[in-house]
Amino acid sequence: MNNYRTIGRSVEKSDALALATGSSLFTDDHRLNDCLPVKILRSPHAHARIINIDVREALSMPGVVDIITHKEIKKKYYTTAGQGYPEPSPYDTLLFDDVVRYVGDFVAMVAAETAEQAEEAIRKIKIEYEVLSPVFDPEKALEPGAAVIHDKEEFHPIPVPYKPKENIAAEVKFAVGDFQKGLEEADFVVEETYNSDYASHACIEPHVAASYFDDTGRLVIITATQVPFHARRIVSQVLDYPLKKIRVIKPRIGGGFGAKQEVLLEPYVALFTLRTKRAVKLIYERKEEFQSGRQRHPMQVKLKMGVKNNGEITALSMDNLMNTGAYGSHALTVLSNSGSKTLPLLNKIKNIDFRGRSVYTNLPVGGAYRGYGATQAYFAINQHIDMICRRTGQDMLEYIKQWHIKPGETSDVFKALGEGKEGVEQVVNSCKLDECIDRGAELIDWYKKRGQKTETRPDFFRGVGMAVSMQGSGIPMIDMAAAYMKMNDDGSFNLDIGATDIGTGSDTILAQIAAEVLDVETENIMVLSSDTDRTPFDVGAYASSTTYVSGGAVKKCAEKIKEQILNVASGILDAKPGQLKLAAGKVVDTKNNKHCTLEEIAMNSLYGSGLTQIQAEASHFVEQSPPPFIAQFAEVEVDKKTGKIRMVKFVSAVDCGQAINPKLAEGQIEGAAVNGITYALFEGFHFTAKGQMTNASFWDYKIWRSNDLPEMETVIIPSDEKSGPFGAKSVGEIGINCPAPAIANAVFDAVGVRLTSMPFTPEKLYKLINHE
Amino acid sequence: MTGTFYINNEEKILTFEGGDILLNTLRKNGYSEVKNGCHEGECGACMILLDGMPVNSCKIFTAAVIEKKITTVGGLGSIHEPHLIQKAFVEMGAVQCGYCTPAFVLTTHALLNSKPLPTDEEIKDALDGILCRCTGYVKIIDAVKLAAQKINAHE
Ligand code: FES
Repeated sequence: MNNYRTIGRSVEKSDALALATGSSLFTDDHRLNDCLPVKILRSPHAHARIINIDVREALSMPGVVDIITHKEIKKKYYTTAGQGYPEPSPYDTLLFDDVVRYVGDFVAMVAAETAEQAEEAIRKIKIEYEVLSPVFDPEKALEPGAAVIHDKEEFHPIPVPYKPKENIAAEVKFAVGDFQKGLEEADFVVEETYNSDYASHACIEPHVAASYFDDTGRLVIITATQVPFHARRIVSQVLDYPLKKIRVIKPRIGGGFGAKQEVLLEPYVALFTLRTKRAVKLIYERKEEFQSGRQRHPMQVKLKMGVKNNGEITALSMDNLMNTGAYGSHALTVLSNSGSKTLPLLNKIKNIDFRGRSVYTNLPVGGAYRGYGATQAYFAINQHIDMICRRTGQDMLEYIKQWHIKPGETSDVFKALGEGKEGVEQVVNSCKLDECIDRGAELIDWYKKRGQKTETRPDFFRGVGMAVSMQGSGIPMIDMAAAYMKMNDDGSFNLDIGATDIGTGSDTILAQIAAEVLDVETENIMVLSSDTDRTPFDVGAYASSTTYVSGGAVKKCAEKIKEQILNVASGILDAKPGQLKLAAGKVVDTKNNKHCTLEEIAMNSLYGSGLTQIQAEASHFVEQSPPPFIAQFAEVEVDKKTGKIRMVKFVSAVDCGQAINPKLAEGQIEGAAVNGITYALFEGFHFTAKGQMTNASFWDYKIWRSNDLPEMETVIIPSDEKSGPFGAKSVGEIGINCPAPAIANAVFDAVGVRLTSMPFTPEKLYKLINHE
Repeated sequence: MTGTFYINNEEKILTFEGGDILLNTLRKNGYSEVKNGCHEGECGACMILLDGMPVNSCKIFTAAVIEKKITTVGGLGSIHEPHLIQKAFVEMGAVQCGYCTPAFVLTTHALLNSKPLPTDEEIKDALDGILCRCTGYVKIIDAVKLAAQKINAHE
């Protein structure tokens, strides 16, 4: 076991006490002088052209300061996807357009002295629409003659297939080996179509952004974002406003999960501030969050496997049809991740055919969501594995252990499929999936409960199921993070990082990484993060990148500081740096045990003979994206009379490398697991025939509460990822991938029917059980 | 109109309009620890204690609670002098984004006042008015148990 001072210890999250006592500031908690609230006029139609829009009366209403519609803006296409540049998402969005493409699309915005006045003015805006025929079904959207949703000057900033005239926002194809040949070698074929629904991130803090001119005339944007640097770049790009005049600050954030990897509100508040010279704030209401935020993309996965009688999969084809809604935010990358983050797991499959299409419809817009396409595909893959095992009479646990990717192995898929381009070859260094499976099986009591169909009381049947997945750790050869550190008089350190703590605790774990290198307590590292003026660049909090990529930058930076400390100490102790050792807040001469404290070193460097600031910076990018692995197990009880599923127990066993902070890592898995369970059981969007969402509130869109919780167990199985900081891999996304397939497999174990469509409502299950 | 309120044990005279909602009045007057999550009375982020009882401040007219005792999470303890419940939440890792935390801390306070050693079921039931999307509630429930222990040991 490694003998670390702080790595692997659950040090208290650095902002937790401020949050628990209410002194932390979230975006909306910043009090800005003379701040104008903004309200949004949204389209009541799923697809319509604005023939005429008249804001004269609205503008004359009391308190109204400014109104923006498509007439006021320069037409400049962009994507709201907060990705690196050039974004692998189509430029299909205007701040305002004369065509509206879903119920809830932007028509106009009003800034007024009070929110009530802004709302009043909205009611006075007169609009004449020409209603266009909408298309809601992705399969129908592909048919010739379907309404075309984007038929203007939309384009893709990178060279990838983009066919808006056919409603195709993205297309991905790749093949490994020879699928047909593989199919011929098979003894039987397993084929099924799986469907997943829309889901809201349901961050308890809605999207919110504020902007103002500071005392020097620079535009400051405070925003609930996962991507402050991308937000700055995109605002500058959309508004044609110099980047150097923009400062983006991320304060505390009330949850992200991908929702806030979207540059959704920032350009609008900035535009109002530029026009009015006033402070402006825009907060989504919960209803807007549902219908006009960003959602998990619904996906249809057609999965076909050719299988030999011994269980060997000789051929696999996956055909994914993803509904990206009215705009193509993350349309390409979520789609490619549905293959690239899933297919390498079963790396012994030699013949693979993958096709994916992202399709425009007149429905809410998809976006990044924890799991990012992998979740939808693992729903299919894990049920297929269960079917194969049942058919061949094998134990699912042993089957997975036999066929999953092992340390030292690779998969052709890594190279074949990247983010809008070819992927990056990589060999798996660390994988403790077998141990995860064993430990999880023990905790759920797999061998005692599997296949028992125990009837606990009349018509109530129990079953257990499981599922496995991998994810990645950052985007190789694309993601970059940087860190800056300096040493203060008392031997403490400032750590300035672009990395974006959205509630995950990344400020804390990055401080732990620096503290470990410098062998000091974490409290001696003061973190400032995510301020585009004050901190160096970081792509932001997405793709499970922070621990691995930003952590790498922090580690390098702290190592440079350490070297400087040893240099200064060598002057003080009159010894060669090579014979000095940094330990417990001191530098010790290993030859004679003479030592000096970090404070003495700092004082010497600042005021004594050193006269130099001990400071360093480092940037870091990664050449691989080592996958974390997880095995998740569900025990359910099905009421055959009603089709209702009750969760009895849920177990997660994860290999995330060395957990820097085990409590925070567990918290990631627990939160993701519960989110994944409710996604499986009842999250989903309901629409009228005209595309209006009918369950856009927490009253009608249920997520779990504390008293819904079954017995939950989460275990971390340590592994050592040599390429990661102190052996760490990622943990942020992976926990959401397996609840749905594990539950579906458990339901099959209990009552022998297969749930291929999420959410698993009682109606659906009832019908399956009763063969309706 | 104006009214007197007893907020966090201080007498406060606040100005507000007849139709104003308590959540907005409190936030306008600097109590930004009371969070807005849905304005629909469902998420519980705007929880306060009204005469010691947890209620959603987004569903109450300010005018209806004149002369009442209001407690926000800042009234339980501060970053300099935190309450044992707040310390327990920090210690157990129950705070992720922290947007829901003030509401959970206040509700825990109300629960432990009436039931110093609640069972797991009682904890889950008491907390069920508040949504948390980050933690999956596991560590929050642990924090309530730890808080109960801490308070009982203290007394
Ligand atoms: S900690 Fe984020 S909502 Fe509870």
